[in-house]
Amino acid sequence: MADERLPVRRTAKLFIGGEFPRSESGRSYEVFDADGELLAWASRASRKDLRDAVRAARAAQSGWAAKTAFNRAQILYRVAELMEGRRIQFERELRDAGAEDPVRGVSAAIDRWVWYAGWADKIHQIQGASNPVAGPYFNFTIPEPTGVVGIVAPQDQSLLGLVSRVAPAIVSGNTAVVLASERSPLPAVSLGEVLATSDVPAGVVNILTGFSAELVPWLAGHMDVNALDATGVPDELQAQVEELSAENVKRVHRAPEADPFDEVAQSPYEVTAFVEYKTVWHPMGA
Amino acid sequence: MTELDTTQEGTPAVPVWEYADAPESKDIVHLQDRYGLFIAGEFVEPKSGKYMATIDPSTEGILAEVPEAGPEDVDLAVAAARGAFESRWRDLPGRERAKYLFRIARALQERAREFAVLESMNGGKPIKESRDIDLPLAAAHFFYYAGWADKLEYAFPGRDARPIGVAGQVIPWNFPMLMAAWKLAPALATGNTAVLKPAETTPLTALLLAEVIQAAELPPGAVNVVTGAGETGAALVAADVDKVAFTGSTEVGKQIRRTIAGSHKRLTLELGGKAANIVFEDAPLDQAVEGVVNGIFFNQGHVCCAGSRLLVQEPIFEALLEKLKARLQTLRVGNPLDKNTDIGAINSRAQLTRIEELVASGVEDGAEMFQPACDLPERGFWFRPTLFTGVSQSHRIAREEIFGPVLSILTFRTPEEAVEKANNTPYGLSAGVWTEKGSRILWMAERLKAGVVWANTFNRFDPSSPFGGYKESGFGREGGLHGLAPYLELTPREPAPGNGRHG
Repeated sequence: MADERLPVRRTAKLFIGGEFPRSESGRSYEVFDADGELLAWASRASRKDLRDAVRAARAAQSGWAAKTAFNRAQILYRVAELMEGRRIQFERELRDAGAEDPVRGVSAAIDRWVWYAGWADKIHQIQGASNPVAGPYFNFTIPEPTGVVGIVAPQDQSLLGLVSRVAPAIVSGNTAVVLASERSPLPAVSLGEVLATSDVPAGVVNILTGFSAELVPWLAGHMDVNALDATGVPDELQAQVEELSAENVKRVHRAPEADPFDEVAQSPYEVTAFVEYKTVWHPMGA
Repeated sequence: MTELDTTQEGTPAVPVWEYADAPESKDIVHLQDRYGLFIAGEFVEPKSGKYMATIDPSTEGILAEVPEAGPEDVDLAVAAARGAFESRWRDLPGRERAKYLFRIARALQERAREFAVLESMNGGKPIKESRDIDLPLAAAHFFYYAGWADKLEYAFPGRDARPIGVAGQVIPWNFPMLMAAWKLAPALATGNTAVLKPAETTPLTALLLAEVIQAAELPPGAVNVVTGAGETGAALVAADVDKVAFTGSTEVGKQIRRTIAGSHKRLTLELGGKAANIVFEDAPLDQAVEGVVNGIFFNQGHVCCAGSRLLVQEPIFEALLEKLKARLQTLRVGNPLDKNTDIGAINSRAQLTRIEELVASGVEDGAEMFQPACDLPERGFWFRPTLFTGVSQSHRIAREEIFGPVLSILTFRTPEEAVEKANNTPYGLSAGVWTEKGSRILWMAERLKAGVVWANTFNRFDPSSPFGGYKESGFGREGGLHGLAPYLELTPREPAPGNGRHG
């Protein structure tokens, strides 16, 4: 009889370089729902896992940045398509995490991918420039991806908050190492599964679950991470994070506080927070 | 042009040119024995009671005494800036702020020669550079940003632009006036007020600029100038400022980042560099040689974006080296105020010691050094233009910023190898590419991790052109539209109905 069938539970794993390893440390931690019921055991990523994730992100970066902007836009748009197909699962996970309106949360997250995908081939046109220098030179400025971006996703809004940080970082050609919400990591794990089956190349987004207090300083101090989205960094760690970021002159950015459902929370300036402006000069002459 | 100089082995024979002295007169400069701090529109004695001598590095003669501002002085300056911000500057219509900046720009043009001479006296740079580059660019910078002051609503789509508050600005000794302009012009145009800390060895043009600002009748406290050494800069960074802008070494930049961690102060850093100047075999050699010489010997190599690593494609290595050595022998090293001088004085004894130490490491590591045989003045701080060949990427002279007239030459075979070597540094401020092939220029420009790429030119600057680094060369841009952002609080603007976020 069908109702006697035992459901198959998912193992929540890390997402590194397009693969789903458990933590090399063998550690995991309990994830509870809003009522305190055990939902799952999530991987508790180690420093070694974080280094592996950075290496995967670095390896993927130049190839991702080299795709045409049009292609990146299409690839990110497809993430929205795939999320739509899995929305029942995401809604359940948000409900478990105590979200007030899971349906709205998933819809907003999907729409956010669509919104940011469109910026891939437009950001240059509003943030680039040709500069009228006083001399016989052609001079132009273009935004380029900063490189590998560490993202500390917000604790609340475990799906919309996450997408709101990842999408603007990668649309310009950065790759990302993401620390998921510690309390509610399962929507991030599911997003990893969506990305793995999308056209986003392996390593472009790497997702770690675990304890913020130990992972955040390792991420902030990593010498091959170029920038840090500190939006989800707890206040008590903020100063330490900025101090650790000094060693390789990391760019540290916190998104302005806003209701993530408010469309004010999406902005091309969240894309440009993780770009470098390059200016090229060339003489003009016959 | 009478004899051939063949003094050094392996040196190409080149004609020796004789030049008559052509000194620029110092009469235009009126030095005071002792200067004050510029706080709240007045020149005042320091509460610290301390003064330090500032010298001419080409003679080691004392020019004047300037205050060494202590924490109390810095706090007074910041309080004056805060007062000016809240009581007047912030709320002044942009068109009025603009007119103050236009006044400064015009005054700099009117007094350009005086500033240029003083800049060369205090810093050691050749008068032809301070006269033709530093001062015109400084004036142009004020002029450019003056025009932005009443157009900020058009600068950032969908955003209202508001000033941040008080900016603490710490600048280096290599381009004292130009860096003051780079810092003050955008800060003031956007409605911020400022406390400027000029470098320990080059305070005099900043104090003369303070006179210009006073004469332009800016509201007292809108700009304050505090002189001193590193401790004064540290006190300014730690003071009650809303934004810190620093140009200087990567090491100090990192210290500043740590100092203000967790403080919510906004920060921009323009730090060191170790730029690659890449010459392909199809480049016009004579032009490339001039570009290489300008890239590393401009301002004695005291340039954060200097082309201090020359990457030459193998087939033209010998030919380029010969031309370069010949060209080096025609460079005129000496009196900064002589209009013929190409290479002036090293800015300070400390800097000279650092250059000497790094050059010694190059010799010790086994690189081959070439210096032309030129006479150096007896007093003052001098260093001959220097080339190193046989340099490997692991040598200190290929990795560390020397900040002097010292060029390390490496070779490459393929464009891929050139990119790999050029990017093999923690820095990322600038790069140069010399080739006749347009597609290769764009291919290279796309791959070089540098904030400025000069193709078939080098060391060009313009107020409308953003400047700043990748990686450990810092973050934020100065110049152009992009140079406004570090001084603005950008908040979302309501879109037109049906046309935006809520449509």
